[in-house]
Amino acid sequence: MNAYVGTPTSRVDGRAKVTGAAKYAGEFPADGLVHGFVVEATIPCGRIARLDSTEALKVKGVLDVLTHANRPPLADADEAWKDEVAPEDGSPFRPLYDDSVKFNGQPIALVVAEDWETAKFAATLVRVEYQEAQAFATDLEAERGKAAEVKKPHKPRGDAAAALAGAAARHEADYFIPTEHHNPMELFATTAVWDGDGRLTVYDKTQGVQNVHKFLCGVFDRKPDDVRVVSPYVGGAFGSGLRPQYQVVLATLAALALKRSVRVVLTRQQMYGIGYRPATIERVGLGATSDGTLDAVTHEATAITSRYEDFSRNDAGWADQLYRSPNTRFTHKLVRLDVSTPCDMRAPGAASGVCALECAMDELAVALKLDPIELRLKCYSDRDQSEGLPYTSKQLRECYARGADAFGWSRRSPTPRSMRDGKELVGWGMATGIWEALQMPVAVRIVLTSNGHAEVSCAASDIGTGTYTIVAQVAADALGLPIENISVRLADSTLPQAPVEGGSWMAASSAHAVLAAAEEVRKELLRLAGTMPGSPLAGAELADTVLIDGRIATTSDNSRTVSIADAMRHGNVERIEKEKLNQFDEDKKHARNTHSAVFAEVKVDEQLGVIRVTRMVSAVAAGRILNTKTGRSQIMGSVVWGIGMALHEETVMDPRFGRIMNPNIAEYHIPVNADIQDIDVIFVDEPDAHINALGVKGLGEIGIVGVPAAIANAVYHATGKRIRRFPITLDRLLD
Amino acid sequence: MNNFQYSRAADVDDAIRLLATDPDAKLIAGGTNLIDLMKENVERPSRLIDISRLPFRKIEETADGGLRIGALVPNSDLAYHPHVEQRYPLLASAILAGASAQLRNMASVGGNLMQRTRCAYFYDTTTPCNKRAPGSGCSAIDGLNRNHAILGTSPSCIATNPSDMSVALVALGALVHIAGPTGERRIALTDFHRLPGDTPHMDTNLGAGEIITAIELPPRGFSRNYSYLKIRDRLSYAFALVSVAAALELEGNAIGEARVALGGVAHKPWRSLEAEAALRGQAATVDHFSRAADMMLADAAARSHNGFKIELARRAIVRTLTQAASATPQSQAHKKIA
Ligand SMILES: Cc1cc2nc3c(=O)[nH]c(=O)nc-3n(C[C@H](O)[C@H](O)[C@H](O)COP(=O)(O)OP(=O)(O)OC[C@H]3O[C@@H](n4cnc5c(N)ncnc54)[C@H](O)[C@@H]3O)c2cc1C
Ligand code: SF4
Repeated sequence: MNAYVGTPTSRVDGRAKVTGAAKYAGEFPADGLVHGFVVEATIPCGRIARLDSTEALKVKGVLDVLTHANRPPLADADEAWKDEVAPEDGSPFRPLYDDSVKFNGQPIALVVAEDWETAKFAATLVRVEYQEAQAFATDLEAERGKAAEVKKPHKPRGDAAAALAGAAARHEADYFIPTEHHNPMELFATTAVWDGDGRLTVYDKTQGVQNVHKFLCGVFDRKPDDVRVVSPYVGGAFGSGLRPQYQVVLATLAALALKRSVRVVLTRQQMYGIGYRPATIERVGLGATSDGTLDAVTHEATAITSRYEDFSRNDAGWADQLYRSPNTRFTHKLVRLDVSTPCDMRAPGAASGVCALECAMDELAVALKLDPIELRLKCYSDRDQSEGLPYTSKQLRECYARGADAFGWSRRSPTPRSMRDGKELVGWGMATGIWEALQMPVAVRIVLTSNGHAEVSCAASDIGTGTYTIVAQVAADALGLPIENISVRLADSTLPQAPVEGGSWMAASSAHAVLAAAEEVRKELLRLAGTMPGSPLAGAELADTVLIDGRIATTSDNSRTVSIADAMRHGNVERIEKEKLNQFDEDKKHARNTHSAVFAEVKVDEQLGVIRVTRMVSAVAAGRILNTKTGRSQIMGSVVWGIGMALHEETVMDPRFGRIMNPNIAEYHIPVNADIQDIDVIFVDEPDAHINALGVKGLGEIGIVGVPAAIANAVYHATGKRIRRFPITLDRLLD
Repeated sequence: MNNFQYSRAADVDDAIRLLATDPDAKLIAGGTNLIDLMKENVERPSRLIDISRLPFRKIEETADGGLRIGALVPNSDLAYHPHVEQRYPLLASAILAGASAQLRNMASVGGNLMQRTRCAYFYDTTTPCNKRAPGSGCSAIDGLNRNHAILGTSPSCIATNPSDMSVALVALGALVHIAGPTGERRIALTDFHRLPGDTPHMDTNLGAGEIITAIELPPRGFSRNYSYLKIRDRLSYAFALVSVAAALELEGNAIGEARVALGGVAHKPWRSLEAEAALRGQAATVDHFSRAADMMLADAAARSHNGFKIELARRAIVRTLTQAASATPQSQAHKKIA
C-alpha cells in the first residue's frame, strides 16, 4: 500500500536538524574530552628533517604533540589501509606514518590540548624543517605529456581514428575542467570517546560507518567489538566522506595514546587537504555524416592523481550509453602529481566527462546546422553499446520532450547572438545527463512492538539526501503503520550491514532491504494470526497478504483480516524482531541508467561579460521517485552545483609552491542566492519492471550531470564564443 | 592564532594611551577582518583594544550642511540611514555592493577603511609577501595575479584595496577625522590610503597610535546622477574585479561637476582629477565618457593574468557614467546591469 511512497513527505529528521537537536560528529560530549589540532606540511614533496615540539609542549594545557616519531603503532601493510572504496592501485596515505611529505597540507603532527584554542595556538609553535625534493609538479597542463593510460579501458569498437579522419562533419577539441573541492557545510570532525580498556566509540563525519569501522580495526589492530563508529547526521559530504579521512585516524590515534576522549575538527582551510574532483582535460572527437548520423566518437580523459594512488573514474565512456556510433575509442589517462589523491565528488567521472561530450555535441550540431535536440534524437541509442544491452527503462526521449516544452525551446532562434534583452545577449542551451542506477546488498532490522510502533535500523548513512525519510516511508507502507509510528536508526556500525552511502545506490538499496525485512515481519504476523482459533487468515498465502492500517489482511479478500495487536497478543509476543539482508538478483540482460535533459537560459551583458543564469529546466527520468520533495531537493541542489561548476568553482594552485591558494569559501566561489533564479525540476514517468520491485533508481547524482554543458552551450548561443575552459568567468568573454 | 591580551577602551584617550604603551596592539571594532587575519596568523597583535563601545556611533549633519559619520557606525546602519539614502545614495549603494548582510551588520566604518588586501599570498604565511613580511618578495608579481592591481603598482607589491565603501567615499570627497597622541587632525580620504611604493606593509597614512574617529562628507551629495557598478566573479558576495563610483552634476546635458573613482584596480581607491576635469563642461556622451576612461587608464599596466581588467575597467567606467548621466543607477538588489 502506498500511503507514503511517491509522496512529498517532509523529512522525518527535519525538526531535529532545524532545532539543533541533531548532533554531528564534532558535537558529541565526553567526559574529560581533549582537542587535537592538525599541523600541516607546507611543502609539496620531501621529508621532515626536524620537527621540534618543545615550545608547543611548554604551553599550559598542551598534553602532547603526536608525530611520526612518537605515535602509537599503526598498521604497516597496505591492505589494512585500503578501505572499501580505496583505489585498487597504489598505497593509501597514512597520516603520521613516517617522515615523508607527499602533498602540501599533509598532516604531520597533532597537537593535543585541554581546549581547541590552546591546541590551535600551540600548533603555531611547532617548528618544522624540511628536506625539500629537488623537483615537484602539481600542474596538469604542464605535465600532460607524462600521462599514462589506465589499464582497464573501455572496449573500442570499429576504427574510430580512421572514421573520425574521414568524417564529413567533424569536431575535435580539448575541454578543461579544474580541480574542485566539495566544501560541505559541516567540517570534517571526529570525536573518539575512550570507553576504557582500549575500547572506543568513534563519532565520525562519514558516508560509511562500517567502512570506517573495518578500517580503524585494521589500522589500529583492534577487535571488531573494541570499536564502534557512529555518524547519525552528516552535514553534506558529496563523496568527500566515502573514504575514512585522516582526522578519524588522528583522533583515534590520540585517544589510544592518551587513553582519553579526543576530538579533532578540521578547519575549512584544512578541508582542502583531503579529496577533490580531479582536474581533467577531456579531449572529445565526434565524426558524423552530413545528415547528422554519428560515425565516430573518441574521448580521451586525462586526469590528475597523486603519486601514491591511481584514482580514476569513468569520464570517457558515456557516449556508448547515449549515442549510436559504429566506431568508438575511449581512453582514460592519469598524470601523477605531488598532490593528495582525488576522490569521488557528485557524479564522479560523468560530471566532467559528460560535460565535455555534451559541449562537443553542441559544437557538432552547430557544424551540421542541426538543432541540438534533433542531433541527439538522431543519434539516440536504445542500447548500451558497450555491452549491447537494452535498458531496464530509458525515458530520455520523454525528458527531451517534456524539458523542451517546459522551457519553450521551440521559440529558440538558432543563430548565436540573435536573441537579446536590452543590453543583455540571451542564450538558450541544452545538454543530456546520464548516471548509473546501481544497487547494493543492504540489511535492515525491524522491531515491531505490540503498541504498533516499529523501529527500523540499518548502518547506512543519511548524508542529507533523505535516507531517514525514505526508509520511514517505505517501512510505514510495508508495515501498514502511520509514519509517526516508525522510528529510524541509521549510521551505527553495530547496526545491520550497509555499504557506504554513495553512487546514488542507497535509496533503491535501503528501500528494498526494508521491504525484505518487513516481509519477514509479515510472515511472522501471519503465522501468529493463522494460529488464532477460527482465524480468518487460516491458510492464507504470504504472497496474498498485506499489512494495512494496523492489520494484516489478504489482498484477494480484504474481509479476511486480523489486527496486528490481536495477532501479537494471541501469540503472547511483545515484539517481533526481524533482520534481513537484501540482495538483488543479478541481471546481465539489461543496462541500468538514469537520464536527464537539462535546459539553461543565460543572459550575458554584451559589454561587460557578466553572466546570469536566469532559468534552468531539468527533466529527469530516474524510475519511480520515492519522495517527490526530497527528490526535487536533490535535483535542485545538483543544478545549483552545476551552475557553480559552469561559472564559479575552481581550486587554484600555485605551481611554484605546489599550494592551493584559495582554500576558503570566500575565495573559492560557489553560487550564492543572487546567482540562482528559476529552477524547474520535472520528473518524467519511467515505469521500470526490470530494475527492482519498486522500480527505483536513485537521484543523488544525475541532477548535476549535463548542467555545466547546458550553460556553456547557452553562453555560446548568447555570445558566439565557445569557452572550453571551466569555470566560464567573465574575462573569457571580454575580447 | 597567537595569544593576546584584551582591553576595552574606556574612552578615546584611553584607546590612544593603550596604543602608545603597546606598539604591537591593535584596535578591534567589528572584527570581521582582523579576526580572520589573526586566525591565519597574518596579524599577531599582542593586545586587542576593543573600541566597539566608544561613542562613535552617531550620524549627524555638520554646520556647512555636510554629514559626519562616527567611525563605529555599522556599515548597514550607514547604508540604510534615511539621510544617506536620500542625499548620498552613491555611498549607500557602494556599501550594499559589499560583503553580506551579516558582515555589514558587524563591520564598522573605520574598520572598512582599514581592511587589508585579499591577495592570496598575503593570507598564506608560507609564501613570500612584502606586505606581510617586508623584504621577503612579492609572490603575486610572477604568480597568481588575476585579482591584482593595474594602476599605481610598484615592483614591491601589486595588491588592491578591497573596499567598496571607500570608492564611493573618495568620489564624494570625504575627509577622515583622526585622533592621536598629539591631538586631532583631518585628512582627505584620497590621501589616507597609500600606494605601495617600497613600503607596501603600510596601507594607510594613519600614524602609530592614531585612531579614526569619524568620516566627514561635504554637502555635495550627487543624489540625482550617480551610480556604483561592481563587476565580480559571481553576482553577489565577492570582491570587485573592477568597481566604479560615478557622480555627476548636469546642467541640461552638460557636465557641471564630475567624480569618478575605481575600486579593485589599485592599492587605494583610484580617483583621477584629470579625468574629472576633462569631463567638466562637456556634454554627457559616451564619447566623452570613453575619453575620460582612457585618461584614467592611460598608465594602466597588466601582469600575466590581470590584463582583462584594463578593458573591463574601461567599459565599466563608460557604463557607470552612462548610468549616472541617465539617472538609472545600478541596483544592488537586481543583478541585471542597468
Ligand atoms: C567574506 C567576506 C567578504 C567581504 N566582502 C567585502 C566586499 O565585497 N566589499 C568590501 O568592501 N568589504 C568586504 N569585506 C570586508 C568588510 O567590509 C570588512 O571586513 C569590514 O568593513 C571591516 O570592519 P570591522 O569593523 O569588522 O573591522 P575590524 O576587523 O574590527 O578591523 C579591521 C582593521 O581596522 C582597524 N580599525 C578598526 N577600527 C578602527 C578605527 N576606528 N581607527 C583605526 N583603525 C581601526 C583594526 O585595527 C583592524 O586593523 C568582506 C569581508 C569578509 C569576511
Ligand atoms: S601583491 Fe602585495 S600583498 Fe600580494 S604578495 Fe605581493 S607584496 Fe604581498
